Amino acid sequence: MLLIRCPWCGDRAESEFSCGGEAGISRPLEPNALNNADWSDYLFNRTNTRGAHKELWNHAAGCRRWFEAERDTVSYVIKRTYKLGQAN
Amino acid sequence: MARLQINRLEEGGCIDRSKPLNFSFNGKRLQGFAGDTLASALLANGVKLVSRSFKLHRPRGIVAAGAEEPNAILQIGRGAETLPNLRATQVELYEGLEARSTKGWPSLRFDIAAINDRFSGLFGAGFYYKTFMWPKSFWKHYEAFIRASAGLGNAPTEADPDHYEHRNAHCDVLVAGGGPAGLMAALVAGRSGARVIMVDDQDQFGGRLLSQRDRIDDMSGKDWVQKVTTELSTLDNVRLLPRSTVFGYYDHNFLAIAERCSDHLPQVERKGVRERLWRVRAKQVVLAQGAFERPLVFCNNDRPGVMTASAVSTYINRYGVCPGQRVVVFTNNDSAYTAALDIADANINVVVIDSRVGGAGSLGKVVRARDIPVLQGHIVTDVVGRKHISRVRVAKWSGDTEAVVENSINIDCDLLAMSGGWSPAVHLHSQSGGKNLWNAQSLCFEPGESIQANFSAGASNGRWQLSDCLRDGLRAGLEALKRCNLTATSIDAPVVEQLDDYNIEALWRVPAAYDADHCSKQFIDYQNDTSVADIRQAVREGYQNVEHVKRYTALGFGTDQGKLGNINGMAVLAECLGEDIPAIGTTTFRPAYTPVTFGVGAGKNVGLLFDPTRKSAIHDLHVSAGAAFEPVGQWLRPWYFPKANEDLHAAVARECIATRKSVGMMDASTLGKIDARGPDVVKFLERIYTHNIGKMRVGRCAYGIMLGEDGVLMDDGVMARLGENHFYLTTTTGGAANVLSWMESWLQTEWPELDVYLTSLTDHFSTIAVAGPNSRNVLQKIGCDAELAHDAFPFMSVQDTILGGFPVQLFRVSFSGELAFEINIDSAYAADMWQMLVTAGTEFDLTPYGTETMHVLRAEKGFVIVGQDTDGSVTPVDLRMNWLLSKDKDFLGKRSLERPDCIREGRKQLVGLLSEDNETVIPEGTQLLDDPSASKPVPMCGHVTSSYFSACLGHPIALALVSGGHKRKGEIIYASLADGSAIPVKIVSPVFYDAKGDRQSA
Repeated sequence: MLLIRCPWCGDRAESEFSCGGEAGISRPLEPNALNNADWSDYLFNRTNTRGAHKELWNHAAGCRRWFEAERDTVSYVIKRTYKLGQAN
Repeated sequence: MARLQINRLEEGGCIDRSKPLNFSFNGKRLQGFAGDTLASALLANGVKLVSRSFKLHRPRGIVAAGAEEPNAILQIGRGAETLPNLRATQVELYEGLEARSTKGWPSLRFDIAAINDRFSGLFGAGFYYKTFMWPKSFWKHYEAFIRASAGLGNAPTEADPDHYEHRNAHCDVLVAGGGPAGLMAALVAGRSGARVIMVDDQDQFGGRLLSQRDRIDDMSGKDWVQKVTTELSTLDNVRLLPRSTVFGYYDHNFLAIAERCSDHLPQVERKGVRERLWRVRAKQVVLAQGAFERPLVFCNNDRPGVMTASAVSTYINRYGVCPGQRVVVFTNNDSAYTAALDIADANINVVVIDSRVGGAGSLGKVVRARDIPVLQGHIVTDVVGRKHISRVRVAKWSGDTEAVVENSINIDCDLLAMSGGWSPAVHLHSQSGGKNLWNAQSLCFEPGESIQANFSAGASNGRWQLSDCLRDGLRAGLEALKRCNLTATSIDAPVVEQLDDYNIEALWRVPAAYDADHCSKQFIDYQNDTSVADIRQAVREGYQNVEHVKRYTALGFGTDQGKLGNINGMAVLAECLGEDIPAIGTTTFRPAYTPVTFGVGAGKNVGLLFDPTRKSAIHDLHVSAGAAFEPVGQWLRPWYFPKANEDLHAAVARECIATRKSVGMMDASTLGKIDARGPDVVKFLERIYTHNIGKMRVGRCAYGIMLGEDGVLMDDGVMARLGENHFYLTTTTGGAANVLSWMESWLQTEWPELDVYLTSLTDHFSTIAVAGPNSRNVLQKIGCDAELAHDAFPFMSVQDTILGGFPVQLFRVSFSGELAFEINIDSAYAADMWQMLVTAGTEFDLTPYGTETMHVLRAEKGFVIVGQDTDGSVTPVDLRMNWLLSKDKDFLGKRSLERPDCIREGRKQLVGLLSEDNETVIPEGTQLLDDPSASKPVPMCGHVTSSYFSACLGHPIALALVSGGHKRKGEIIYASLADGSAIPVKIVSPVFYDAKGDRQSA
């Protein structure tokens, strides 16, 4: 049971959250301009990182806000969490 | 009866001799004392044989005194209260306790399957894999045999009548284990004001101090424990949890504790919660669970009467029981000398066999001074006595494991106390992610660097002397405080009169005395009958990895999870492979540390509280009307409304005909409802839905679908434009929460620039669908402010109005294909509205109907249900919904509709099916075949998704997904039925009724 810091609510148990997978996947602005390979890459392919990983989380049973977390996929240590667009 | 406690010492122990307790074992009435465990009471009564082993059904007795006990696994209690697989060493005795062995048929003493032992050569490593695999069809017989003969206890057949609960807690310092190290850590943390939880699996704190006769600060160890626990219990910031086990150490310092609240009480005195699960988030954890004493590996080392030396000390010092009158102590280290002294002080004969040529240190001198015989450089090679030890064979030994040893001496005895050294209980450290390091001097795995916020201390940190344990506990407490940024109160480690030393020398297995068969009786894992021979065989057959050897030989399986035997097993494996023990590594330690009950895991989440049941605001009226209900997700919905003796089919036929002929009414409140508004709401919905939103006029409705980015149909529903920038969206019953989350995720993560607000109205509003040619007349009868005529209130429009005196949102939409209205009303008034309609509808034969009739009516019209007629592969094109797909804009999933897989030939497409015999209702899920006579496996071309008997049409109808189905209208294919037959069906349009749609637009 991870302990996750929601940027709005503070430390909460993992059971209040749902994970949205890898962060930083932007929807292509013009999907029709993409060939099949590029569109499939957006749809299906993820980096499946071993180690430091930026991912989206949703405080689903709380404030319902989405935010980003930097989590180590090996140690499960969450280095930090932050509101969307406030990575730096 | 108390005099029958033949092994009870005259004095000593933490038992109350003034409180005798009656109990029974396998039906035999026995007596013990308050303070006994079931194990100590059995030993006091001279009970030697407690169970049969798992595979060979060898007689077994009590080996240990704690959680590591592998043999005394008993069934406690009876009826619904019974608990299987409890370790007698951890069961507190209470008045009326009933205990039974779970193995041995027809009885424990005369066990027919013990014949297995005579043929143990047939039952080697991998026996189950090799023997029971052929012929395959016999597995069901084998399984029954294995279950019956393996028999690890019986689960109660009745529902559990007890209460369990879960509780969350936070603390600064969690101390796992209340022995000397744990007590010191808790004491310094508690005095310093930290929020402390201290947990111990026994009824009393103290750990080894209850089992040994140590002196601390000039008082007995037991008095010191009393002093410390008394102080801790007065501190408000300290919570003591005895009878509790930290069984799991999870991520981010989250630990699970099972507290046994009432199992130690007689049945009649049990009240309230039986067990409690503590879910604790600790800032820091001190791991002080102690250590396990290892057995020595010699021939027939599993005979009843062979115990660990520390267990013998525990039974003498804590329970006033000596389980034998003539005792041999067999050791490879100093610690068992303490047991020899305990035995001698109980005026019982004892001989020490020490494998070390050099013998023991300072303790050896004390033992010798007491005239206790000590044979240094000797080993026990074999045990005589089947159901109980009567003699040991002892041989001289120089330390060479390959040397064949000649038996030289026989010693008569009825108890063998062995010590093969100690293994720290590193389980929780390992569960937390920490590695274990081999200590070549202490010959054990010790906890390595902490990965999470914890400190190991005491014996579980490889500290063997009491003074070291106390100091180590204090250190761990101080470090934990520092990490919590708390100021520590100064405290000194207590003074201990120190004698004990360790000086272990390796003796992983005693050299086999006569032949190879000998080592098949050298047991490593008692519960699973894993012997030295099994490990050797596994290596011969090519197994090298410790995890594989574990699974092949069953080493470390079972309720004790290898607490006793694992290290010995790894050492023997290392020897076979010619490697060092650390190179072999350990198997993985997983929760639970000791078995936990299903009850404590479930807590209060059982029965009605397992999952919430959602009921509409009109539910009680449906109950009064005699509706049959069906669960739809969490909702409980009326399924059909039977009259008199009607069954489902009769009721549905009547409801369907009444609706098409006159008027029917359904509670559609479970539909998901979302209010969407804001300056950018049109822009937003254009991206979510596939049709053109901007072209919708205010006051009009539209059927809308949304796709996942993969182009698969995700949800559908009717939407209404209530204002320029205000929409009302409905979703499927099951999709309500997902659709809202889906929309919000896009708004927050991808399009934060859009100014849109989404609000769920699902529970706020109730929905009543009134459908049929007379629906307009019913509404007019109760009085509607709005003009209901077709031109004034056209199909697919919405108006805010007053109906029957209530403010409503009135939709003219239809999921039945009939002239129909959906009344959206504040849930507070919904039941009144329903009742008013029932009354007004009498003259029109207004017929309430449930989900089944709704399904039939919509299927007659070819309307799909997302999730029933579609799955995770179906696109709107497969459903012929191309007309809904806007060409003028982008929307989620649009690009995917052009993916090669979505445009290939032969995709499964929605069609209607008619049984050629005009009477068979094909079961939903039936596979469809082009050619039933094709060679097996017969290729399938599709499957049936919806299938009903249509009373209105007088024949069965079905919807199906058929490969290339849109171009195959009129073709005959075959439905493969469960009896193996295949019947012909014709592919037709999925719209069976009123194909032009005149009725809904009437």
